[in-house]
Amino acid sequence: MDILVVGLNHKTAPIELRERLHVPERDLPKALELLRGVPDLAETMLLTTCNRVEVYGVFEGSAPSAADGIADTLARYHGVDRALFAESLYIHVAGEAIRHIFCVASSLDSLVIGEPQILGQVKSAYAVAQTQEATGIILNNLLEQAFHVAKRVRTETGIGTSPVSISSVAVDLARKIFGELAGRSVLILGAGEMAELALRHLVDDGVKSVLVANRSFDRAQALARQFCGKAITFEDFRQEMVGADIVISATSAPHLLLKREDLDAITLKRRHRPIFLIDISDPRNIDPACNDVDNVYLYNIDDLQAVVNANVKERRQEAERAAPIIEREVAVYLNWLRSLDVVPTIVSLRQRVEEIRQAELAKALGRLENLTADQREAVAAMTQSMVNKILHQPMTELKRRATLQDGHLYTSVLRRLFGLEGKDA
Amino acid sequence: MRLVHILFYLAIVGYALGTLYYLLHVMRKRQSIGRLATLSTLGGFGLHSLSAIFQVYALGRPPLGTLSESLSFLAWAIALIYLATEVRYQSRVMGAFVLPIVLLTALAAATLPGRAADVRPALQGIGLWVHVALAVLGNAAFALTFCAGVMYLLQERQLKSRHLGRMHFRLPSLELLDSVSLRSLLVGFPLLTLALITGFMWAEHTRGTLFPFYGREAWSILSWFIFAGLLVARLSAGWRGRKAAILAIVGFCLVLFTLVGVSMFRRGPLL
Repeated sequence: MDILVVGLNHKTAPIELRERLHVPERDLPKALELLRGVPDLAETMLLTTCNRVEVYGVFEGSAPSAADGIADTLARYHGVDRALFAESLYIHVAGEAIRHIFCVASSLDSLVIGEPQILGQVKSAYAVAQTQEATGIILNNLLEQAFHVAKRVRTETGIGTSPVSISSVAVDLARKIFGELAGRSVLILGAGEMAELALRHLVDDGVKSVLVANRSFDRAQALARQFCGKAITFEDFRQEMVGADIVISATSAPHLLLKREDLDAITLKRRHRPIFLIDISDPRNIDPACNDVDNVYLYNIDDLQAVVNANVKERRQEAERAAPIIEREVAVYLNWLRSLDVVPTIVSLRQRVEEIRQAELAKALGRLENLTADQREAVAAMTQSMVNKILHQPMTELKRRATLQDGHLYTSVLRRLFGLEGKDA
Repeated sequence: MRLVHILFYLAIVGYALGTLYYLLHVMRKRQSIGRLATLSTLGGFGLHSLSAIFQVYALGRPPLGTLSESLSFLAWAIALIYLATEVRYQSRVMGAFVLPIVLLTALAAATLPGRAADVRPALQGIGLWVHVALAVLGNAAFALTFCAGVMYLLQERQLKSRHLGRMHFRLPSLELLDSVSLRSLLVGFPLLTLALITGFMWAEHTRGTLFPFYGREAWSILSWFIFAGLLVARLSAGWRGRKAAILAIVGFCLVLFTLVGVSMFRRGPLL
């Protein structure tokens, strides 16, 4: 009895294939029903996100045959040929499988390391499997442990701290300049799709007042209305910069709209209050030299992308710090799993000895007919306590050994010695 | 060893642990270590306060008579102002910058010779104690201005260069640092001004001249002008940011030099 993972992810399969094998959440019960039909598969759950399709299972017997069954079922469910995805499939068993599941839940296996969504996705996949009663004690325990590991990794390493998208980097920079964004004002040049996207993030993060300047005043008004902001005429934007904290340039103007001299004049009127300029237009609308003015912070789209890249690198370094945590937790879980292995052996050993005791007791009592009821009871009690005393030491030792590396050796020797083979409880 | 010294050395241990934990907190970003840092500093500060109370009792005068005593009071005052800032701004990152200063100042106080030396009786008097206390409290406030300035320059460099290192994520926002800088300046400047006024009054009283212009007095006036200039520029012209931070750093270095440097290089009475 062991754990296995069969699946494919963004590292092994192209997006078309992942989409082909994706199972939407409402269809999960149906797929789980099919998976439960796989022979030797005792417990199972199915995780599908846009980056991965994975089946977690507890199997009896051999891993390859269980994996075969799972792959066949996936192919059958989607009505595709198994050869289509056989190349992309990975199979992890025992410790490897546990490590993989812990890494997935901790977002160490994600396309964007540290992204927080995956934990929620694992949780809901687990919830579906639980309501379908597809999971049992082993997977339940494994998943609870995985959630605990994910929490540890998140708090003890920095995998989720630095922002890794253009817009979140911009918001983070604004926070590092202004502190809280509540009550800050943003002025946006341009009213296109890019402008809207940039505004959305800042407004979500608390920026209160929004000004929109656009060559076409109607479109400025339309965008301003969406964010309860105010449209201004394009010619006025330099005056409005005196009051704004964040200025986003997203126009399609083919020339520079802001030069260093403009910023020199504007910062003076602003009494040197800091101003954050974000130039996401192509070609550039803001002269790079503006960054040299004190209290002016200018980032263009390439600068933001460079920050994103650096942060992705930092997350990878932080992910390495998670490895020892994962290893320790895998060991903890394996211990628990091995201690489970010993339970059936103990139960059948007890049964076997009890059978012998009962048989011998019946035989002896048959010969000792003139014993009183009290004396009969005393004999029965004596046999019971002898059995208990004899079994006590090996049982304790077996339980202790079970959690160690060579635990299974002791179990199999014991089964052999007492002739317990094929007598599973 | 007297109880005063034992308490003081224990306080130094508290500050040393505080320094270590604040640095670890900034590097590791763990809340639990941050709490330890605050507790250690608070413990050091409490022991330091006790030691000072016992010292007043033992000396029969405020413990501000020698350079070592003044430095000890400075360390105590910086710790006090820092702890207040931590509570006000709910940020422990500054501790990694301020606590080393507290520790070094306390260590200097512990190792400087003449710790037990008596002040010349002719120099003693209520005016002197008020002057020294005001000067040290003012300097403690400027120590915070200094730290906020250094942190501001670090964070500003990261933001301007667009290469955001680890420091960027650990350091507070420019806005917060600038606010700490201005507030500590607003606390320190009146104290420094009062210290100068009482100092001159005391000089006239004991030496018969209003402006003796020994080395230290000249340096004090120079640093007063720097801070005055900074304050005027900040409040009237809205000066802020990099230049304000640099000026605050220069001002504090001058103040430190006035307090320690001039006294060390000059033979004769320390005060």
